[in-house]
Amino acid sequence: DGNYCLTCGSDKTLKLWNPHKGTALRTYQGHGYEVLDAAGSFDNSQICSGGADKAVALWDVTTGQVVRKYRGHAGKVNCVQFNEEATVIVSGSIDSTVRCWDCRSRRPDPVQVLDEAKDGISSVKLSAHEILTGSVDGRVRRYDLRTGQLCSDYIGSPITSVCFTKDGQCVLVASLDSTLRLLDKDTGELLGEYTGHRSTTYRLDCVLNEQDTHVGCASEDGHVYFWDLVEGSLALSLPVERGVVQSLAFHPRLPCLLVATQGQVTLWREDTFQPE
Amino acid sequence: AVESSDSEEEDLVSYGSALQPLQEGERIKKPVPLQEQTVKDAKGRYQRFHGAFTGGFSAGYFNTVGTKEGWTPSAFVSSRQKRADRTIPGPEDFMDEEDLSEFGIAPKDITTTDDFTSKAKDRIKEKARQIAGIVAPIPGTTAFDDLIGPSKITVGVELLRKMGWKEGQGIGPRVKRKPCRQKPDPTVKIYGCALPPGLSEGSEDEEDEYQPENVTFAPKDVMPVDLTPKENVHGLGYKGLDPSKALFGVSGREHLNLFTGGSEETSNLLDLRHSKGRKLGITGQAFGVGALEEEDDDIYATDTLSKYDTVLKEEEPGDGLYGWTAPKQYKSKKRPEREFKHIGKILDGFSLASKSSAPIQIYPPPSLPRHYRPVHYFRPVIKAGNENCHLQKALEESTGKLESDPAQQSRHALNAAQRREQLGETELKGPAPSILEYLSEKDRERLKEMKQASEQKIKAKIVSQQPPNSRFQSASPEDAADKWRMLLGGQLANAGSSDFKPFAKNPEKQKRYENFVKSLNKGEKATLERFLDPNMTEWERGREQEEFFRAAMFYRSSNSTLSSRFIRARYEDDVDKVEVPRDQENDIDDKETAVKMKMFGKLTRDEFEWHPDKLLCKRFNIRDPYPDSSVVGLPKVKRDKYSVFNFLTMPEPTTSVTQATNEKIQESNSLNKPKKLSRWDVSDKEKKKKDSISEFISLARSKADVQQQPPVPATEECGTGKSETLPTLVANEDKNQEEESGRPPMDLFKAIFVSSSDEKSSSSEEESDEEQQPTTSERESETTKQVDVPDSSSSNVQECVTATTDSGISSLPTSKQELDATEEFGPKLPPAFSSGRFCKHLDTKEKRRKIRERHKTKKERKRKKEKKKKHKKQKNKGKHKNKKPEKDSSSDTTDSSDSLSDMDTTGLSPKELLRR
Repeated sequence: DGNYCLTCGSDKTLKLWNPHKGTALRTYQGHGYEVLDAAGSFDNSQICSGGADKAVALWDVTTGQVVRKYRGHAGKVNCVQFNEEATVIVSGSIDSTVRCWDCRSRRPDPVQVLDEAKDGISSVKLSAHEILTGSVDGRVRRYDLRTGQLCSDYIGSPITSVCFTKDGQCVLVASLDSTLRLLDKDTGELLGEYTGHRSTTYRLDCVLNEQDTHVGCASEDGHVYFWDLVEGSLALSLPVERGVVQSLAFHPRLPCLLVATQGQVTLWREDTFQPE
Repeated sequence: AVESSDSEEEDLVSYGSALQPLQEGERIKKPVPLQEQTVKDAKGRYQRFHGAFTGGFSAGYFNTVGTKEGWTPSAFVSSRQKRADRTIPGPEDFMDEEDLSEFGIAPKDITTTDDFTSKAKDRIKEKARQIAGIVAPIPGTTAFDDLIGPSKITVGVELLRKMGWKEGQGIGPRVKRKPCRQKPDPTVKIYGCALPPGLSEGSEDEEDEYQPENVTFAPKDVMPVDLTPKENVHGLGYKGLDPSKALFGVSGREHLNLFTGGSEETSNLLDLRHSKGRKLGITGQAFGVGALEEEDDDIYATDTLSKYDTVLKEEEPGDGLYGWTAPKQYKSKKRPEREFKHIGKILDGFSLASKSSAPIQIYPPPSLPRHYRPVHYFRPVIKAGNENCHLQKALEESTGKLESDPAQQSRHALNAAQRREQLGETELKGPAPSILEYLSEKDRERLKEMKQASEQKIKAKIVSQQPPNSRFQSASPEDAADKWRMLLGGQLANAGSSDFKPFAKNPEKQKRYENFVKSLNKGEKATLERFLDPNMTEWERGREQEEFFRAAMFYRSSNSTLSSRFIRARYEDDVDKVEVPRDQENDIDDKETAVKMKMFGKLTRDEFEWHPDKLLCKRFNIRDPYPDSSVVGLPKVKRDKYSVFNFLTMPEPTTSVTQATNEKIQESNSLNKPKKLSRWDVSDKEKKKKDSISEFISLARSKADVQQQPPVPATEECGTGKSETLPTLVANEDKNQEEESGRPPMDLFKAIFVSSSDEKSSSSEEESDEEQQPTTSERESETTKQVDVPDSSSSNVQECVTATTDSGISSLPTSKQELDATEEFGPKLPPAFSSGRFCKHLDTKEKRRKIRERHKTKKERKRKKEKKKKHKKQKNKGKHKNKKPEKDSSSDTTDSSDSLSDMDTTGLSPKELLRR
């Protein structure tokens, strides 16, 4: 919710930070291989993480213990997400499945497996009633639980990251052809296209800022690019590092950006930033 | 009615014997428990309930064989002297005594008394038994009935008889003749199957004829209804092989005749057989040779293969039962007058239908065109100026599927005369006969048929709706004429539009139209009005002028329509595929192209039904969208992707194309999906633009158009199903290909945008026509002029090409409706039905409905998109023109009209801008 920062890495641990102060709050150990993604629940009481050990772990924040571990993926777990109420963990793996794990019961197997993708899942996002997945097969799939529909939009190149806009009407899709696309959620029409960055190899994140006015994306040239959402013009490029900017996270309410590069997380904000 | 008194007891009747009064002190005897109750047989042996024949274990003498003296076959006699009177050992000879006793299976000691047995044998029963004996799988088994269940007449029958009833009479008061029949004699037991009604009733009825009137008769006896329950698992009416025929052949038949012939004899079957001199008991009639059977040779001798029919041939007149060994009387009695369609007899209780059911209509598959190859080669059909073909080609190549469209090919190859014929148009004056000469005799005949059919259709459907019809009719004849001109190298230089008679139904109008076109060609715009009928009202005149414009436009614009339909086809095709194997996403390739062209949306989107897990819904706090379904995930559809039918449906893409195009023809409003781009659309749109003007002149009329238009394509269909190809056209097509390959891919995109924008403009026109009306109307006349000039004069290759490509257009609607029909009427039909014959049976109503529905939902979306695209297209336009200005005049016109539409849409809503 903007107060904490979770990092995960190849040291098989997750770390919880206070990004504003730069202090490490806690370290969670338990994964067998590197941790590829982590997400916190809405109440900050739980953390889920997925790693190269093909397992999805549910952590208790305060005790630092693994509450539950879900094994079932056949490959590395690329991405994990809680649903709004932290009752379900949705994890996407390179085994091309998305699995929905029940946090409430002790069931060891997933509630549902979404195996429509033809290739690895690179990104998963959830809204109140939707599961949005981006897959390396170049498709963005949106599972709408409310209407019981699966919408599959073909993008073409492998998708690295997807995210909903804050209003839930559009979907931002980053793909390996160095393009961000803004798609209409309902029709799949292309509303905007943003280019200029370089994204050909890595799984890079894309973000929308807190007001949906700009879209941002990490780049392999060490910059973070921001475009105006409406006009599609490049608004800003932040030189972060020499190397690849791996991950991005925007503060949900404040103009505040977390950027992860090789072994380093930096927090960017406007000069006038006032911490809450 | 006895008063209650002290003497009451004396009035009571007491039954049974009173229990002995218990003596004091005596305990009540306990009943012997069941397991201690023992039974001794006559010989004092314990627990001998059964003999061997009744399933028991006591056999012979104290479980030994034989008698007290041992086993001495009682029947043994020295056969030297007494060979002749050897007794036949019956089953009784092998039975235990117990079996023959009162409670055995074959009680001998005490059988039914003769008290109630009628002296005369029951006739009915007799007959029944005989029949049963014949019908029974093993003849003669009914002989057992005599032993086991001796014919017995019940007390009731006896009483009846005492009261004067005679056998064969009905029961009840005596009546005059022709009473309704009474209940069957309930007391008569029938064994086996029922008597055939013909046997006894027929004779009775005959007797009825000459009865005197004043005599009363007992009601007719009614033959008991056969209520034999069906206990076996055979089919209804099944009768087992009659072994007498199957096994014994000729000799068996003779044997049988003896039985049936002597049905009047009262002697029972056993007697009968004895009379024949054969030893018959229960032995010898089953398969194989019984132990006591002497005549082995008979069996093997009589049943040879030669006895069977090895050839199927006509029924013999005498006996129509081949291999059917039904009871004899069916053969002899019920010979139906009419020939049976099926071999065999009619089941009991069924009668042959008096009317033969409507013959199943069989539609022969269309003859494959001569050039048909089951493997698809992509033959780009382009007009010179059609950039859309690039796109189409690219799409097709990228999919790399085997989607040859035989029908389409053939349609391309149809020549003008053929098409004209099919459409029932009037012939061209000059060269028309010559082309008929190219055709084979057969083809000509077929054409004639088609022509008639289509004419009928036209008459039926479109009597009053001439204007709208003519508009659409005009399309193909028009380019037919056009093409014809091309082929002849300008022989018809001036014939041009005069050959094209869109208003052939109305000669005056046609004349007017011709004048109109002429003047158009000369460029006298101002004089147009004078050709119109002065008697008409202003409104009518305006309308007619519109029609003329349209006809002329159509004539011109149809040239350019062909090539790009394939994009649309692709798309439609996709949709189909998604619908069928629902669990898979479609072809990436066309999507890829779509993505390249940045046409996200419909093209790139697949929607599926997806069933979330119930628990998942619960966890998400969402109501299960499919509360009833137990499916989780994507529902699987059973259709086999690789079934034969899928391969057979190869021409689908074309059909779907035509579907799309057809829709457009039918109604400009019904351009549903924004992504469907096609050349056809372009031209159509243009035309539509003009249409819209008139449509806004009279809104009501446009409505009518919508409804009237669908039938027209149908008529076209029947004409175009033919799949003859003309070798002359092939050359043209080849040229096309060459041209296409040379072109840069950029054109492809341009083409798309051009067409799409056109589409938009047209559709948007419908909604906001006010802007465009003035401009377009002005342009109309100009554009028509432009087009007409090159058309009529030139005979160069390019136009030949266009002509050939155009030829496909008219034929396209055919398959579309077929597709519709197939969708609506069940499983997809193999493409064989894409011939025109099928279409006759379609009804277009449903289609119309569909279109309208779709149209409503999609209009809005379309508009947005279209506007967006227009802009892009505009940019492209400049380049595009430079590249091939000489090539297509028609495309130029499209552009110009496009630009118009672009102007119109520049005033976009802020929302649209934002989206962009």
